[in-house]
Amino acid sequence: MIFDLIIIGAGPAGITASIYAARKSMNLLVLSKDIGGQTSLSGDIENYTGYQFITGPELTKRFKDHIDTYEIKVNEGEGILSLKKDTDIISIKTDKGQYRAKTVIVASGKMPRELGVKGEKEFKGKGIAYCATCDGPLFAGRIVAVIGGGNSALDAAIGLERIARKIYIINIEKELTADAIMREAVLKSGKITVLNESRVVSVKGEKFVQAIEIEKNNSKKDIAVEGVFVEIGLTPNSGFAEGVDKNNLNEIMVNCACETNIPGVFAAGDVTNVPEKQIIVAAGEGAKAALSAFRYFIKVK
Amino acid sequence: MDKKIIVYSTPTCPHCIRLKEFLRENNIVFDNIDVSTDKTKADEMIKKSGQMGVPVIDIDGEIIVGFDTSVIKQKLGI
Repeated sequence: MIFDLIIIGAGPAGITASIYAARKSMNLLVLSKDIGGQTSLSGDIENYTGYQFITGPELTKRFKDHIDTYEIKVNEGEGILSLKKDTDIISIKTDKGQYRAKTVIVASGKMPRELGVKGEKEFKGKGIAYCATCDGPLFAGRIVAVIGGGNSALDAAIGLERIARKIYIINIEKELTADAIMREAVLKSGKITVLNESRVVSVKGEKFVQAIEIEKNNSKKDIAVEGVFVEIGLTPNSGFAEGVDKNNLNEIMVNCACETNIPGVFAAGDVTNVPEKQIIVAAGEGAKAALSAFRYFIKVK
Repeated sequence: MDKKIIVYSTPTCPHCIRLKEFLRENNIVFDNIDVSTDKTKADEMIKKSGQMGVPVIDIDGEIIVGFDTSVIKQKLGI
């Protein structure tokens, strides 16, 4: 079967795109690792029009309820491996199957950036975590390290303060770059130790993490920790989109109609070079991408 | 179906929320263990699954880490 449209991703961009496409009666399929994307990981949201206040998981539930009012086929839990266009048809390979479509919207968002150090792959889930709100509670009474010095790192450290025994913040910069209010909270805490100008070199352990090796001023030392929370920013999920133009941050380049350099392939939301990574911006871009895809589809049909 | 199903989760993890929703949607009865408040059970989960991430689902002793609908559907025969 050749779908009219395949949407990759089910965050605010992908879900909005699927609602718009469904309303145009396109025969569509949504492929996604999860529902809600980064929105589902957000805490309090106070800038999404129509809601003075809503939490990330609640807004995700609303998204899900909205998409469920249409008959949209959503394959949840599929990881995308490749996307290729041959003549008129776009082929998508996932870890579960293969699909074909006339148009595609890439709305795969961003994911946490990895450290890229020795031991990271080995200890993923065995002490190394990328979501402090999810996995933090398992580190009750343990010594942990948060890697990073920005808002998300300090947010994680403050969140872990109630749970962990001791927290190290390993920051590669000279000083913490997070907002002043968060820096103050961290510096006031008796539980948090900040190590500036320090770089993680490796993660060590046997079955689980036991230590991180850090480098400061060309000298290396081990710090005993059982948990490592990596909070060093985000990277776009664009690796599978072969032949699609990207910028130096690996974001997919789109024009104001959400078109990529490949006719029939559109992109929306945080995976693109569109400025301002916001839920409402992603949702709006998703709507635009769906309408652009529909216009293109009518032309080539 | 008389399978004993245990979900190890934390209240804040989105995959845990989706997993529990998914089980309820499919009328699957399960015990939920909040590992953020029960240290003994958290250790039990770590021992069973050999890792420290949530959610973990135990279906009659078979351990699945994470929320993978297709694997869970297959194990539950739904």
